Amino acid sequence: MNTDAASRVAARRDYRRFLARHSFIEMPARERARAILDPGSFRELLGPFDRIKSPWLPLQGIVAQADDGVVLARGTLSGEPALVAAIESAYQGGSMGEVSGAKIAGALELACRDCEQGRPVLPVLLLETGGVRLQEANLGLAAIAEIHAAIVALRRHVPVVGVIAGMVGCFGGMSLAAALCSHLLVTRQARLGMNGPEVIEQEAGIVELDAADRALIWSLIGGEQRRAVGLADDLLEDDAEAIAAAVRGAFARGMPALERSAQVEHYLERLATIDPQQPLDGKMLRALWNEGTAP
Amino acid sequence: MSAEPSLSQRGRVWFEALTGDAGAIASGLRSVCVADADLGGQPARFIAVVPDAQNRFPRARTGEVGIDEGWALAFHVRHAIAADRDAARRPIIAVVDVTSQAYGRREELLGIHLACAAAADAYASARLAGHPVISLLVGKAMSGAFLAHGYQANRIIALDSPEVMVHAMGKQAAARVTRRSVAELEMLGETFAPMAYDIRSFAKLGLLYKLISGIDADAPERTDVERVRAELCRAIADTRAGTHGLASRLTSPAARESRVASIEVRRRLAEQWDAA
Amino acid sequence: MEKIQLDYPALHTVRRRAHVGVVGSGDLEVLLEPSPDSEAHVQVNTSVEGFGAAWKNVLDRFFARFQGAVSIEINDFGATPGTVMLRLEQAAEAARS
Repeated sequence: MNTDAASRVAARRDYRRFLARHSFIEMPARERARAILDPGSFRELLGPFDRIKSPWLPLQGIVAQADDGVVLARGTLSGEPALVAAIESAYQGGSMGEVSGAKIAGALELACRDCEQGRPVLPVLLLETGGVRLQEANLGLAAIAEIHAAIVALRRHVPVVGVIAGMVGCFGGMSLAAALCSHLLVTRQARLGMNGPEVIEQEAGIVELDAADRALIWSLIGGEQRRAVGLADDLLEDDAEAIAAAVRGAFARGMPALERSAQVEHYLERLATIDPQQPLDGKMLRALWNEGTAP
Repeated sequence: MSAEPSLSQRGRVWFEALTGDAGAIASGLRSVCVADADLGGQPARFIAVVPDAQNRFPRARTGEVGIDEGWALAFHVRHAIAADRDAARRPIIAVVDVTSQAYGRREELLGIHLACAAAADAYASARLAGHPVISLLVGKAMSGAFLAHGYQANRIIALDSPEVMVHAMGKQAAARVTRRSVAELEMLGETFAPMAYDIRSFAKLGLLYKLISGIDADAPERTDVERVRAELCRAIADTRAGTHGLASRLTSPAARESRVASIEVRRRLAEQWDAA
Repeated sequence: MEKIQLDYPALHTVRRRAHVGVVGSGDLEVLLEPSPDSEAHVQVNTSVEGFGAAWKNVLDRFFARFQGAVSIEINDFGATPGTVMLRLEQAAEAARS
């Protein structure tokens, strides 16, 4: 076959593959959770018909969603008992309130209890959130602390796998939850940062950060950048099947030898090479912290 | 445009009052104070994050938890865990007066979210290893900084003082983000305890072990310090009699009134957890 | 925030429940369940006040074609009538299949 024909065949194959993709980003939380679990195994906990809603939002004139923006589902991953907590970013920016936070923390606590009793549960967090819901402020913050505690406890038994797909990304106190995950999977469209770009611009000025400069933002905290400097583990296409496969692959890798959030010596060494007086951009950091093709 | 500089010295004041001249450890950072000092007849590790006007990161000079601070906290807590692996687990006391996490481009690029997670991880791991971890709130305990330094404690004690506050975002920033005035936010806080900034409202949420009144928070007398030491010891004893987790934040009398939905969610989840 | 309640006669029972939608800006969620009695009941919670007539209009049109004895809860964040009708039809379809 000559090269023209070969390249046409390759182009057709790529196009079919492209058409066959299912965008994970476009899926609402419930669909995302269903897409991750083994087909037919999805069983929702505290779903909309249980109507455990925010006690606080209606008092402030905000309509409460029946599941408070978090979908919890039990099911299996390659036949093994699993739990998926999926945050719905279309509702209040995926923010953590009393109920949404308690759903995640409570589910992780039960998973931990099961692990301690010899019944491992594989936990997956689909993180699409701006952080604390300001209308519930201190109850949201407290719940996030409980989520952190639950992840650290659970990590002793099983890997905790996090996925950030976009377009909201993972910010605020929940960015710490992402950093606590044993394996963190991201797409190119994802962003992971502690303070939202708008808040940094607001607090530190537009010279510090222009939140409207999308290319700049992704170059600092986007999925590809985070993967390239070792702050995320897998960079994935926006495709539900690929992400579901990558989640299984992450569990198959088992517990890391040392969790990223426990790699104190490593990061102290890395930070010693940084001079905050010198300019530093995403590209320069990749050169300093290049992960190569690990793991 | 930037937040009012908060150069509260309360963290340092209370750190020094509680540790005296004993056992200061060179933390490598002017912004992180570490000392092993006596508490009720046993050694305890005290840790504070304090303002450092010469911080090598310009956006972490007024008491914020920045990149360096997050990893330093993790280092010193883990050092205590490792040192006590085959010995008595010393209490770890987080002296808390932190304005916020550091807000900056460099911080985001370098992964401040991971630095803060490392600190939270270390404190949580210390708890799970059997160290009583107690937080003493002497000033601000805000958002990501508090998640990193203090919120993983077994028990949280606070001074009943107007400058002691816990919240997810500073008033000015929260006002700008929600497009309300600070006065409107404060009014919302009066109606809804979770939105309030002051420590007395926070105490109603059931997350505090003890609110200590009648103390001079800025210039404590010797009797003030002794009272706080006694409360720390009580918190340690209470921790040793309990579990390693954070369940006391759901079982306190105040929590049973203010965190009803948090408790109900867990109860219903447990019911539904196993398939019928 | 406004709450609107409406009732409609029903001709047949509905055995299944269905949920569609998200309470995002310009959107709504619909919870549809079998009614406890032989009528259809609708409870609307909406962030936008003053559109009672528009809600009645949409629901009248929906129930002109759909005569199941259902309890419907709508949590709305400023959806257009077209979006409301779409979600209602999605919920009705999901309850049928």
